[in-house]
Amino acid sequence: MLAFFLSSGLFLGWSLGANHLSNVFGTAVGSGMIRFRTAAILCSIFIILGAVVSGAGTSATLGTLGKVNAAPGAFMVALAAAVTVYLMTMVGHPISTSQAIVGAIIGWNFFSESRTDYDSLIKIATTWVASPIMSAIFAIVLYKLYAFFIRLFKVYMFKLDALNRYGLIVAGIFGSYSLGANNIANVMGVFLPVYHFPDITFFGQLTLTSDQQLFFLGGLAIALGVLTYSRRVTMTVGSGILEFSPVAALVVVWAHSLVLFLFASEGLRGFLQSLGLPSFPLVPVCSSQAIVGAAIGVGLLKGGGRTVKWRTVLCIARSWMLTPVAAALISFVCLFFVQNVFQQNTYRPVAYKLTAPAMQRLQQAGLYRPQLEKLRDKEYPHAVAFGQALAAVAPLSQRQREGVLNAAELANLVINDECLATLRRDWITPEQFRALVSLKGQRFSHKWLLAQALAAASPSWRPQSGDEKHNRELERKLARLYMLLEAEPLKQ
Amino acid sequence: MKFLVFKKQNGIQKQIDDFLDQVSEAGMLFRNGIAAYLKGDIEALQQRLESISETERRGDGLSRKIEEQLYRQTLIPESRGDVLELLENMDRLLDRFKGSLWRFEAERPDIDAEFHDEFEELCRCVVESVESMVLACRAFFKEINQVTDHMHKVSFWEKECDKLSTRLEKAIFRRQDLTLCQKLQMRDLMRAVDKTSNRAEDVATRLSIYVLKRAL
Repeated sequence: MLAFFLSSGLFLGWSLGANHLSNVFGTAVGSGMIRFRTAAILCSIFIILGAVVSGAGTSATLGTLGKVNAAPGAFMVALAAAVTVYLMTMVGHPISTSQAIVGAIIGWNFFSESRTDYDSLIKIATTWVASPIMSAIFAIVLYKLYAFFIRLFKVYMFKLDALNRYGLIVAGIFGSYSLGANNIANVMGVFLPVYHFPDITFFGQLTLTSDQQLFFLGGLAIALGVLTYSRRVTMTVGSGILEFSPVAALVVVWAHSLVLFLFASEGLRGFLQSLGLPSFPLVPVCSSQAIVGAAIGVGLLKGGGRTVKWRTVLCIARSWMLTPVAAALISFVCLFFVQNVFQQNTYRPVAYKLTAPAMQRLQQAGLYRPQLEKLRDKEYPHAVAFGQALAAVAPLSQRQREGVLNAAELANLVINDECLATLRRDWITPEQFRALVSLKGQRFSHKWLLAQALAAASPSWRPQSGDEKHNRELERKLARLYMLLEAEPLKQ
Repeated sequence: MKFLVFKKQNGIQKQIDDFLDQVSEAGMLFRNGIAAYLKGDIEALQQRLESISETERRGDGLSRKIEEQLYRQTLIPESRGDVLELLENMDRLLDRFKGSLWRFEAERPDIDAEFHDEFEELCRCVVESVESMVLACRAFFKEINQVTDHMHKVSFWEKECDKLSTRLEKAIFRRQDLTLCQKLQMRDLMRAVDKTSNRAEDVATRLSIYVLKRAL
């Protein structure tokens, strides 16, 4: 059954692969510089690499938007996104898989009456607007630089041709890697909280975590789309940039690939943060819109506003609004059917209560308000109800509301002999396991209480300042623990 | 694969340079051939004729090889048509040199000594216009910013040819002692030679379009 639930994500991946090879290798294949088969193989390999090595960042951002916590729900969200992509394509509307999946997740949030992280949503929406603009700027700068060096070194026509060829191939490879890293979240992001596989180690050196295994599966689906269905799209529609000179086409592909990489690379983000510079949020962006942005940049540089197809720009702007709304509606309706007609649990209800420990936590975090006493020890069945009660008693900013919601989120975590006996040891260290054993017999009403207790029991459960990789790994393990230690399913 | 492709690029670059060398050489052979004929040295003319025929054959061979390579290796897809058209036009200039020299050998015109200097000067200007065109072509492949300079020279030499040919034609037809046949023959030969510079200017005009298309 679990394999079946993954199928919608794999289908979404397949369609992504079928449609996006043209963005990274379209010009190289269309002008005969590289054969389609070579491009498809290279694209497939590097998409999978990008997804497995660098896919975690954007997936984490989608995860903060909405925590889909049931496999049927995740299946439906991915299917709703895929259906939206299909329907919008049928009516000839430019479509973004990223926007569709975000809309579908919000649809799940509304259906399950879970909270939507509006900070994440604003960050994501801002990035959608920013990415084609950044792509245009990068294209202009890269074009100027490339033209300068061609003039400076007086590159012979045929050498320039060879440079362009290799440049297009390298850009295609980089673009494929970036596409995998950036867009795998669209394909597999919703499944991460609900699927947990044991880690796999190869030759004692290379370990694939559960998330990476899911990314690998998603990457395979994208690669399959590339290999089986992208030829027609690449040869007939192409990337729409064939009318540009090879220099311009090269610059467009590079600009697009850079933008996707910037919004996916955790390494780059960590590097910028270590220098105290502003970093890029890790958000899935639309590959096609990045290509269009870059093409517009080159068009503006060469011919001014006359060369820009403003109709295309308007279509893209319209899709920013239409696509998520359509996906949210389709997701809501489909979830209703699956929940009520097929009797599948599309979500696990999450209740909220301001318990005494929660109040203490709010005081420590500086979020306590006397008005919150009115809500003390009252249980609310879901985030929407609690949020409404909160808004009625205490005016709080979005960030403050998130803090209160986090503190009040109820759980029913029990560490007993049965849990400890069935717990696989391959994903936690012996020290971490001993810390867990030391808490045997205890019950935790909030997830953060368990995290605090574990941190107190052992340094191996404590986050380390500045070590993002360790902290993310810690969060992953805690998320898994929360799922495994949930005492009994909460009633719907 | 990387080095092989760059090696292939170097190969075709050399072939294009060699081809343009043939056009340049044809111009020099043409000029020397006319000079030899006007001096009465028919043997030297015939030697120049053999050499220019050989040059023309080499040029044709190179032109075919270049075309084949461009298509087989799908090189410069965006400029291939323009480059082939340019090389074909340059090949026609080479053919015109050979054709004009053959006319002198076949017709053996009786050119009065009064007109020798001007004929030689006309041939020199025609060769200069083609030579400037060759330089413009080389710049098109290597240093596109320099193309306009050389095209300006093509226009200059073409105008000089026009002035010379007009002056020469007037001088020929002012002579009362020459028969109409002689006048017409000299005029036709002179126009045939002058036409080469006109064709060179036409090629320069086409080249200016190719340059615009390649502009960064």
